[in-house]
Amino acid sequence: MPETRTLPVRRTRRRIVAALAAASTLAVVTGCGAADMTRQASPYADAQGAKTVTLSVQSWVGAQANTAVAGYLLEHELGYRVDTVQVDEVPAWDALSQGRVDAILEDWGHPEQQKRYVEDKKTIVNGGDLGVTGHIGWFVPTYFAKQHPDVTDWKNLGKYTDQLRTPESRGKGQLMDGSPSYVTNDKALVKNLKLDLEVVFAGSEAAQITQIKQFAKEKKPFLTYWYKPQWLFERVPMTEVKLPEYKEGCDADPEKVACAYPHTPLQKYLNARFADDGGKAAGFLKKFHWTVAEQNEVALMIAEEKLSPQQAAKKWVERNEDVWRPWVR
Amino acid sequence: MTSTTTPVREPASSSAPRDTKPPTGGSSPSPDGSSPRRPGSRLPFRVGRRVLPLAVAAAVVVTLGVLFPGAGSWPGALAVDLSGPLGRAGDWIIDHRDSHPLFLYFFGHVSNVVVVSVRAVYVVLLAAGWTGVTALAGLVAWRLAGVRLALTSMAAFAVCGLLGMWIPTMQTLALMVVAVAASVVVGGLLGLAAGLSPRTERILRPVLDTMQILPAFAYLLPMVLVFGIGVPAAVLATVVYAAPPMARLTALGLRDADAGVLEAAASLGATGRQRLLTARLPLARRQILLGINQAIMMGLSMAVIASVIGAGGLGDRVYQALASVDVGAALAAGIPIVLLAVVLDRTADAAGARLGSHPPQAAEQHFLRRVFAGWYGRLLCLLAVVAVAVAGRMLGTSQWPDSWKVSLAEPVNRAVAWMTDHLYSGVPVVGGTADWAARFTGWLLDPLRSGLQASPWWLLLLLVGAIGVLVGTRRTALTAVLALAAIGVLGVWEPALDTLSQVLAAVAVTLVLGFAISIGAARSARAERLLRPVLDVCQTMPQFVYLIPVVALFGVGRAPAAAAAVVYALPAVVRITTQGLREVNPAAMESARSLGATGSQQLRQVQLPLARPALLLAVNQAVVLVLAVVIIGGLVGGGALGYDVVLGLAQGDLATGLVAGAAIVCLGLMLDRVTQPATKTKEA
Repeated sequence: MPETRTLPVRRTRRRIVAALAAASTLAVVTGCGAADMTRQASPYADAQGAKTVTLSVQSWVGAQANTAVAGYLLEHELGYRVDTVQVDEVPAWDALSQGRVDAILEDWGHPEQQKRYVEDKKTIVNGGDLGVTGHIGWFVPTYFAKQHPDVTDWKNLGKYTDQLRTPESRGKGQLMDGSPSYVTNDKALVKNLKLDLEVVFAGSEAAQITQIKQFAKEKKPFLTYWYKPQWLFERVPMTEVKLPEYKEGCDADPEKVACAYPHTPLQKYLNARFADDGGKAAGFLKKFHWTVAEQNEVALMIAEEKLSPQQAAKKWVERNEDVWRPWVR
Repeated sequence: MTSTTTPVREPASSSAPRDTKPPTGGSSPSPDGSSPRRPGSRLPFRVGRRVLPLAVAAAVVVTLGVLFPGAGSWPGALAVDLSGPLGRAGDWIIDHRDSHPLFLYFFGHVSNVVVVSVRAVYVVLLAAGWTGVTALAGLVAWRLAGVRLALTSMAAFAVCGLLGMWIPTMQTLALMVVAVAASVVVGGLLGLAAGLSPRTERILRPVLDTMQILPAFAYLLPMVLVFGIGVPAAVLATVVYAAPPMARLTALGLRDADAGVLEAAASLGATGRQRLLTARLPLARRQILLGINQAIMMGLSMAVIASVIGAGGLGDRVYQALASVDVGAALAAGIPIVLLAVVLDRTADAAGARLGSHPPQAAEQHFLRRVFAGWYGRLLCLLAVVAVAVAGRMLGTSQWPDSWKVSLAEPVNRAVAWMTDHLYSGVPVVGGTADWAARFTGWLLDPLRSGLQASPWWLLLLLVGAIGVLVGTRRTALTAVLALAAIGVLGVWEPALDTLSQVLAAVAVTLVLGFAISIGAARSARAERLLRPVLDVCQTMPQFVYLIPVVALFGVGRAPAAAAAVVYALPAVVRITTQGLREVNPAAMESARSLGATGSQQLRQVQLPLARPALLLAVNQAVVLVLAVVIIGGLVGGGALGYDVVLGLAQGDLATGLVAGAAIVCLGLMLDRVTQPATKTKEA
């Protein structure tokens, strides 16, 4: 008999306890106020006492070279700890706006992101020119261009589709594209210029470089999407194929593009908050400015001599004090 | 509900060194623990019933494709374009992330909690220094598994340091500790709910299925949109990935608890909660521990994938090495991942094995063991570790000393260069790897793809339905057909069929190689012993490490993608098949031998037929694991759905990525249902 009476009591008590627990959890979660999604640092930052700067590295070696040298100088001349995060370009912009990353050192132009973060939300600011001008284009190996000088004009590409055929190109000539993260209009270009080419995506820059080197070793003809500045030109000389000339705004509609890619002065971007109170590090990153030759020197050490980015940066820094001295002042 | 799905990615990580301890039922390595209980010996099927229809189906498809070119493709009227709403959803998140209460009061705090916990673990690990961490690893392994494993795990940590990977290893470890703890809690709670209430279980099962089949890349993007790149998104993605096996195993343990014991507990007047805490949970201990082990292994395999969204640590090193086409450096970061996986797995295994056995009498134990037994033993261990850590710090070597590093990169890169120089083309008689790749693409992939893409959509649906009925039940057939139809509705019919053709071709290669290897391994214990570490490495080595070598050997395209998939799926197939062949009833083998059957007769007429359940499971696993590598294939020119998922992530394009991810889920579901060994479907 007592059993039946205590049971409901116990149940209600349990319910009250549960409700209290839920309420207190909610209070704990919400009670500490709003969390700021624009202030999100890495858990590995500042772990050893030093102030940390987090730099984003993109997948190409040129971007690695920038980060390596900037990182080396930040660590050895300015006493910061440097974290690097490898991430694709568009997510990197997002990370920059949230403060997970403090700076992007080489941006190839993302008008949509610029509008959203720099103009509208003001969470990112432009950090000035990197000093390097980038250019995307179609390239054939120079040994091939020497044999057939007319291949360097897009109008004559049709003659060579037979030689450009691969198992992946569905009977057409192969135009090899790279990583899905890169800016490309190639599919539209092939269609609008009525070329008998198939765009084959290598899927990553690493795969593309490996394939280019393999082709070059065999002296095989190939046609590829590629970009300057790039260290691979030192190893596999390539000649650009002339596309219809670039005019301001001719690439406005991605479906109707029928012109070459522009020449883009590459930009640096900083997290707005970091740019204001990042102290010496922010000042240094704004001043960081070098040439194509200098970038390639470091990139080549990383990619070909297989030095770690840190070692390559160290070598370059030792040789070029007059270049970087003004940056750290 | 049709059946217990054999989860897509589990065996990848799980079955790795599992062979030291056959799971409960002994016949199958399916780690969700459901299949091992199914007795495999009463299968009324003949091989022909399953293989023949597939062969016929393939023949019909190819013929039709040749006869009616261009009749394929899904009708546009039946497709739904999701890019509009999904794109808007992505934009909404980005625009409201800094202001909406949902983010300010919920996601923001979740993110902060994750960051704070990972940071706490990381700081402790750094404070312990390499001496402390290594000592701790050794002592824990020693307590749980004995001296041999203790030495192994200390050596493993030393190797991480030697390779110059100490800091990244600690970062990965910190991330793993938090992610695995969260997975165990989440999975445990879900499992508790599912184990106690059949209704909850029915609701949860499709959710868990989706969590496991959905390729990680596809949900990385929503995670990134909500949490931004970095550790919180990585940890939460890992939880999504690693919690399901924990939930499944916990539920299984609870459901299978010995009825007699529960009866006894009930008759003693125990309340529901008492019964749960004192009888059911302790009885389910083994399964729960296996679940934790699974969570660890899956978490580690996620560590690399998560590097794509900036999780840092070892995965990031592998990924950065990939960017500079540096196989040696990628390997140097990949080895610690393999070592961590092997050490953690073996330790958890040993702990699981100890649970069942009785400890030997105190007097028989070794002196040291007696000293370290019990709770004060644990305390003693902790003190010892602290002492070692402090000693390390006092000697000024909390970081791994720079002078104790070896560089692996150069010899490895030389080896890779030699391989590509000498094997790519112009090898006499057999031809170079480039020729093989071209032939594989031209003779197998292309006809398959054009056949599939050219055959009418309704015919493919019919075909899948027919195979489903032949293999399983009507219900499985219906699921498979609906899954395939969903792909059409999503508007990715053509790329999905392209992916399907790649999966089928890669599975064919995997099975041929896998069966050949396992027949050898099943005959010679020595061969199997030699094979085991190779298989361990194949399964736990991050695929990013071998992407460059496969491209260097096979060129850009679908062939290297298939090669990567074969490397990944082969170990599971070899393990399952070898075990299946081994466990063939010895009496049957003996009688065959006594009747004078030759080796090949024994194999064909006794071993293979009797091992059929294992072979079927191997087929299923091959399909499902190959599909898991489809995304990676997108990085080497595989194109199709894998590329779309990568593209979605790289361009922050929610629609492309999620739709392609969903299509992969549907493909997985369809393939799983039409290859699922019939025992499971029958019993479900």
